[in-house]
Amino acid sequence: MKRLTLYRVAVVAIVIAILEWLCLHGTIDRITMPPPHRIVLDLYKLLASGSLNKAIAKTLGNASIAFTLALIVGVISSAVLHGHRAVRDTLDPLFATYYAIPIFAFYPLLIYLFGLGDGPQIMIGFMLAVVAVIVNTLNGLDRVPVVLLKTARIHRLTRFEIARTITLPYAMPYVLTGVKLAVAYSLIGVIGSEFIMSRGGMGYEISFAYTSFDNATMYPLIVLTLLAAILVNGLLTRWEKVLLQRRGLR
Amino acid sequence: MPKDDKVAAADVSLRGVTKVFPGGRDRPPVHALGPIDLDLHKAEFFAVVGPSGCGKSTLLELIAGLSVATQGVVEFEGRPIHGEVPQGVGVVFQEDACLPWLDVADNIAFSLRHADLSSAQKAERVQRALAMMGLADFATSYPAQLSGGMRQRVCIARTLVMEPRLILLDEPFGALDQQTRLLMGDELLRLWRQSGATVFLITHALDEAAMLADRIGVMSARPGRLIDLVETGWPRDRDSRIVENAAFGAVTARLWKSLREESLKTMGKAAT
Repeated sequence: MKRLTLYRVAVVAIVIAILEWLCLHGTIDRITMPPPHRIVLDLYKLLASGSLNKAIAKTLGNASIAFTLALIVGVISSAVLHGHRAVRDTLDPLFATYYAIPIFAFYPLLIYLFGLGDGPQIMIGFMLAVVAVIVNTLNGLDRVPVVLLKTARIHRLTRFEIARTITLPYAMPYVLTGVKLAVAYSLIGVIGSEFIMSRGGMGYEISFAYTSFDNATMYPLIVLTLLAAILVNGLLTRWEKVLLQRRGLR
Repeated sequence: MPKDDKVAAADVSLRGVTKVFPGGRDRPPVHALGPIDLDLHKAEFFAVVGPSGCGKSTLLELIAGLSVATQGVVEFEGRPIHGEVPQGVGVVFQEDACLPWLDVADNIAFSLRHADLSSAQKAERVQRALAMMGLADFATSYPAQLSGGMRQRVCIARTLVMEPRLILLDEPFGALDQQTRLLMGDELLRLWRQSGATVFLITHALDEAAMLADRIGVMSARPGRLIDLVETGWPRDRDSRIVENAAFGAVTARLWKSLREESLKTMGKAAT
């Protein structure tokens, strides 16, 4: 195990140990939070019973759709915006302040537009994730060396070919940074909107457990969300590491 | 790269070529180049030297079709070039132009994307280019794993694999040490003889120009104009040992004589 990984594991272990100690010694009472070992046992029971499988599948499925949409729309929009300076300059202030906008406030409007199904939740996940992809992809596209653009012209590439074979591959490490953020944002968007108003999903279950003091459901679901985000993020980080190593940047 | 048969070489002509970069709100227009009249003969090795900022790279970009002349006409094989890179032109830049996400073989094969060749023919050309540039053992290496000289060889191989009839080189050895430059010069001369292409080399090194070229154009300080054309008279079958030739010193001395005053102008000093 590398030293950095060891430090990360150590930090997490120390925090868990402190929480465990505080819970077991009553500093944090059990109604507020069960000890971490109990949360793990409850999570195992929940998963083994299969009682929340439908909710988990709904949330992760919707978050995946929101993320995929954000990735496709984000990358294509960035490639187009990068070639249209005036449009880019017009939208730059929006991108810079976008995350100050309370996206969840648009939930009623989205329900009006997309109905009471999964559509509004997917849209909120998408709206939160897409700008992270756009901003980071544009950042990468801005860094493409002029000599590579000249090389593209020497090879008589079309604009589409330049984007596909030169600028987007060059920007890939930056795109991945956006993708990692998009994973987290799409999860937050979907779970958050389920939390506000939904008839199913992990957010709904967390909300229901929250209002009924059902810690044996609420905390395991929070941990499960965290684990899903960590797993996807870990895989993307490994891919990013390979890309950066190939380029001699790590 | 053809083994035996030579490709048809280029014929480039520049007539009254001028380049003026437009000014901005607080900047006046910059007259960077010209007027320049020049003919490049088929299969010749032509070098250009000049003081810093005299427009050497601008001249190369005009010939490559990467830039458009403000006035005058640039022709390649009798057809005018007007901001479009003509087929049959390859360019090697001073900066590292390797695609960092592709390995060496894929970097070289990149030039053959649109070539009307079968996969086997493309692979064969890439293998030949790898062998010719001494990169066969590094086919699966990524540019970041190579030295600066090797990366430049990848870029040269990527250009040569296209079998260009006109090869434009913009200070391709600028970042290399002197020994490597001499050896790369030998390699370039060998490739030039083998390919039969016309070579147009921009360099700031007088000895490099004197060693490699059949003819050398000396440019003035900005706006760059051709102030001297030096014929070296070297045999086609030459290499870096030409520096031992007594005439080599005379060529270099003449280049410096033409260039000294212009270089001083660039530095804002009068010739003494």
